[in-house]
Amino acid sequence: MSPGRPLRPVAVVAFAQAPNVRREDHRNEVEMLMPVVEEVFSTVGMTKDDMGFVCSGSSDYLVGAPFSFVMALDAVGAWPPMRESHVEMDGAFALYEAWTQLQEDDIDTALVYSFGRSSPTQLDKVLALQLDPYYLAPLWPDPVALAALQAQALIDAGKATEADFAAVAARSRRDAMANPNAQVKGDRSVDELLAEDYVVAPLRRHTLPPVSDGCAAIVLAAGDRAAAVCERPAWITGIDHRIETHQLGARDLTTSSSTTAAAAGAGLGGGAVAVDVAELHAPFAHQELILREALGLGDGVAVNPSGGALAANALMVAGLTRIGEAAQRIIDGGAQRAVAHATSGPCLQQNLVCALAATPEGGA
Amino acid sequence: MSRSNGTAESVAGAPEEQGAVTTLETPIHIDYQFTAGQAQSRFLKGISEGKFLGQRCPKCQKVYVPPRGSCPTDGVATTDEVELGNTGTVTTYCVVNVPFQGQSIEIPYICAQVLLDGANIAFMGLIQEIPTDQVRMGLRVEAVWVEPGELKPNLSSVKYFRPTGEPDAPYESFEEYL
Repeated sequence: MSPGRPLRPVAVVAFAQAPNVRREDHRNEVEMLMPVVEEVFSTVGMTKDDMGFVCSGSSDYLVGAPFSFVMALDAVGAWPPMRESHVEMDGAFALYEAWTQLQEDDIDTALVYSFGRSSPTQLDKVLALQLDPYYLAPLWPDPVALAALQAQALIDAGKATEADFAAVAARSRRDAMANPNAQVKGDRSVDELLAEDYVVAPLRRHTLPPVSDGCAAIVLAAGDRAAAVCERPAWITGIDHRIETHQLGARDLTTSSSTTAAAAGAGLGGGAVAVDVAELHAPFAHQELILREALGLGDGVAVNPSGGALAANALMVAGLTRIGEAAQRIIDGGAQRAVAHATSGPCLQQNLVCALAATPEGGA
Repeated sequence: MSRSNGTAESVAGAPEEQGAVTTLETPIHIDYQFTAGQAQSRFLKGISEGKFLGQRCPKCQKVYVPPRGSCPTDGVATTDEVELGNTGTVTTYCVVNVPFQGQSIEIPYICAQVLLDGANIAFMGLIQEIPTDQVRMGLRVEAVWVEPGELKPNLSSVKYFRPTGEPDAPYESFEEYL
């Protein structure tokens, strides 16, 4: 991230989300989104007419309908015509697009939202379709099997044990008890979790994310506009997105070089900047361990106090939710600096890192 | 050229033993459970009872059919249910002369946008019981439903629209909906 001029300060000023559920079977996407969009606007006393830009993240493959994001725009009301865009990805990447637009100075506000229904279809098949279409997709490897390869590689490298995976899951579920929007929560010991059967060795049920339906929304505002609508905005001090090769066999699955590179791009390189909170988009328990190392997070950092993706994993939403959860802790005064992370693709192929702070300069 | 699932095709004319792959078929089939949502479920239930149910925007007062739960202009929930009449006006139409796979109606036939009385958005339907060269914008039509015992919560319950014999609606009455 090296623009030719200083970055314009942009902040998360509001975040809202729907409770994550196993299956949202009585509302369509628009009906799911409307209350969330309404809530995120009311938090900052704004309406759609105050937005300079609207950007959403979702996937037609999950809904099973072409241009489902156009239909979802009915939840916002696109009249009079507005500047609007969409990414066929998690909403975190839509937020990156909105942040980039806000750097162009001619707009001061943006609405970012995402919706994801993981329940209507066969996720194993849908997620196999994101793989390279020649060598991998025709084999239909399911996401759990691919994650298991990664977890086994970690074990083989001596970097982690099955008990380490269970410890991540136990902590996530315990933390999720305080999150009314989380889906999987409870107080179970590592030993109890390790007594579960394997789903795909070395992964047990607790190391897998739940299937969730949900949606989330964030309002971004720049400079004085942010300070005017929010007492304590969560300023984005840096944001970056890096991608590794789609060819799984060509990657070291035990590390996440793209996360490390994105963190450096977001100004968090080398562990020089301490954060209070990290919200990491790690759908599988072992991936949190990889991300911690890639980001150089110390033991003093509260990781996924929301419960993370192990507690609620609406696809296309869980990444944006990480940014929202991290920002909310700054907005609420509980944290000075935070890092949020979002991933996409198999085995942490793509990674976005967003650095947040209580001041635009990033200081405490 | 027909191939079985997941097989590769060699270069045409190349010796088979070289086995150069030029084509790969990877069939994809995914099932979905569609969630109609609250507003559309009400609409579909109405259809199974032989009536059109729309919903009104509390802000701009427009009535949408089929309703999807929100006003696409204002972005607010449509809460008031409105039962629409069985009659409407053809706002625009086309004569289908092109045969295509899966076609169930004999060509030529008319596919039209019908503005149901009381609605603020046109509804797509077939126009029958009138020669295709006599269909026109402003034509007044009524819905013809399947027999009561055959009504289902889907649009196959509406067989088609046919002329009512009323005088044509004035252009000004539907120009906003073109």
